[in-house]
Amino acid sequence: MGIFNVIGKYVVLMGKVFSRPEHVSVYRRRVLDEMESLGLNSIGIVSLVSVFMGAVLMLQMCINFESPFIPRELMGYATREVMILEFSSTVVALILAGRVGSSIASEIGTMRITEQIDALEIMGVNSASYLILPKIIATMIFFPLLAVLSIIVGLIGGYVITLVTGIVIIDTYIEGLQMDFKIFSVVYALIKMIVYAFIITSISGFYGYYARGNSLEVGRASTKAVVVSSVVILMMDLVITQISYL
Amino acid sequence: MIRCEHICKSFDGKQVLKDISAEFLPGEINMIIGRSGSGKTVLIKCIAGLFNVDGGEIYYGDTLFTSLDFKQRKAIRRDVGMIFQGGALLDSLTVEDNVRFPLDMFTEQSMAEKRERVEFCLRRVNLDGAGKLYPAELSGGMTKRVAIARAIVMNPRYLFCDEPNSGLDPVTSNVIDRLIYDITKEYGITTIVNTHDMNSVMEIGEKIVFINNGCKEWEGSSANLFTADNEALNDFVFASSMAKTVKAASDNGHISGNWNNMR
Ligand SMILES: Nc1ncnc2c1ncn2[C@@H]1O[C@H](COP(=O)(O)OP(=O)(O)OP(=O)(O)O)[C@@H](O)[C@H]1O
Ligand SMILES: [Mg+2]
Repeated sequence: MGIFNVIGKYVVLMGKVFSRPEHVSVYRRRVLDEMESLGLNSIGIVSLVSVFMGAVLMLQMCINFESPFIPRELMGYATREVMILEFSSTVVALILAGRVGSSIASEIGTMRITEQIDALEIMGVNSASYLILPKIIATMIFFPLLAVLSIIVGLIGGYVITLVTGIVIIDTYIEGLQMDFKIFSVVYALIKMIVYAFIITSISGFYGYYARGNSLEVGRASTKAVVVSSVVILMMDLVITQISYL
Repeated sequence: MIRCEHICKSFDGKQVLKDISAEFLPGEINMIIGRSGSGKTVLIKCIAGLFNVDGGEIYYGDTLFTSLDFKQRKAIRRDVGMIFQGGALLDSLTVEDNVRFPLDMFTEQSMAEKRERVEFCLRRVNLDGAGKLYPAELSGGMTKRVAIARAIVMNPRYLFCDEPNSGLDPVTSNVIDRLIYDITKEYGITTIVNTHDMNSVMEIGEKIVFINNGCKEWEGSSANLFTADNEALNDFVFASSMAKTVKAASDNGHISGNWNNMR
């Protein structure tokens, strides 16, 4: 399949996904379920990665900017900025692409090959919308919360490592965290995360929905979903960063 | 009544259905038989509208189904039930929720009404008490029966069954066949059953359409199945030794032509 063919199919599918839902109350319940399975269940991995990342960032800053000309407050400041601007959104999104993207693609792909999607269609249900829309809504609501969580947990990680190693005085770290704080940075991170949530869920849904054949194909679809959504996330990161500093 | 006229369907240049015309009457078990890979599933999915045909027309009653768009088809879909080869129950829902699903999506009934209807359908397929189980906890026969319950919950006028008894033991297979037969008669449904199981052809088949390599090669009542002069059909029919025995008995005058009397 040529790339334009794939993009065309993707656009058509999204058209189906965003057509008017049949029964709003059914969808509402599905959104809540998806928030639990795609969002709540990702809290663990996001926290784990963030706490270590915050600690490592802080260590790296201190080790690499060891100079009398650089005030030590800047260590905490830099850690905070990196956490907010890139790590909590882009890196966490890449991790979520692996965790959530593969699960979406394999779930929907399995439903395709076991004819569950056909069964929905026969009943007259818009299967694309029923299966994919609640996941998109759920992740677009929940992933920004995960980004906030990641920022907080990451800075706690920095705090703990500072406390344990004493690499800077703890008050200096705190001072750094409060330095020149712009709420826009957080908003920027959240906006990015909302875009990433859409990318991950819609692309993974797409690859699952058009899976064909047997379980091997489902595995392949889920790998593809993760790879493609990761690449698109990185490209979007570049685009959004460019736009926001114009 | 469902009528197909000159249906053609290809996948990637490979023609799977070649000019198939057939008529399926209400209140009857219409069977599509043929060897594995002959195109039965593709045909029934074309009739159900899951595949778009490349050429030809399909009528539901007097409505030309093939010319309808997605929205217009939806109205007809309310009258259609389908049982898939693997059951195709939604894995994330319990048996009860699976059967109730069409009601949730398409009716404004109260929860009590829906519960009652679901209970009725589950009782109808002898599965009362299994409502809280998940599809993963069911045996093959139970899965098929839940699928039947789901297919009939909306009181369909058309019922499509793709290999309803593949992978089942002969006794369970008979139970499923009986169910489909009884339901068809009870509600006057237009039922189309795909099968390659001669046993169920003889059990419940009334009108038979034989497909070979994507072509309709023979059509007629089950009573005439054994006297057909189509070579491929004879190979198919007499591949089972039971059919041979029955044929021998019939040649000796022990049984008259109607296989429905044999039960
Ligand atoms: N989605 C599809 N894409 C491409 N080819 C297909 C598709 N579905 C079916 N075919 C082809 O159509 C032919 C008929 O398949 P079909 O599933 O209708 O057989 P069948 O008669 O139902 O067999 P069985 O009894 O084993 O279920 C096969 O050769 C198959 O390769
Ligand atoms: Mg088949």
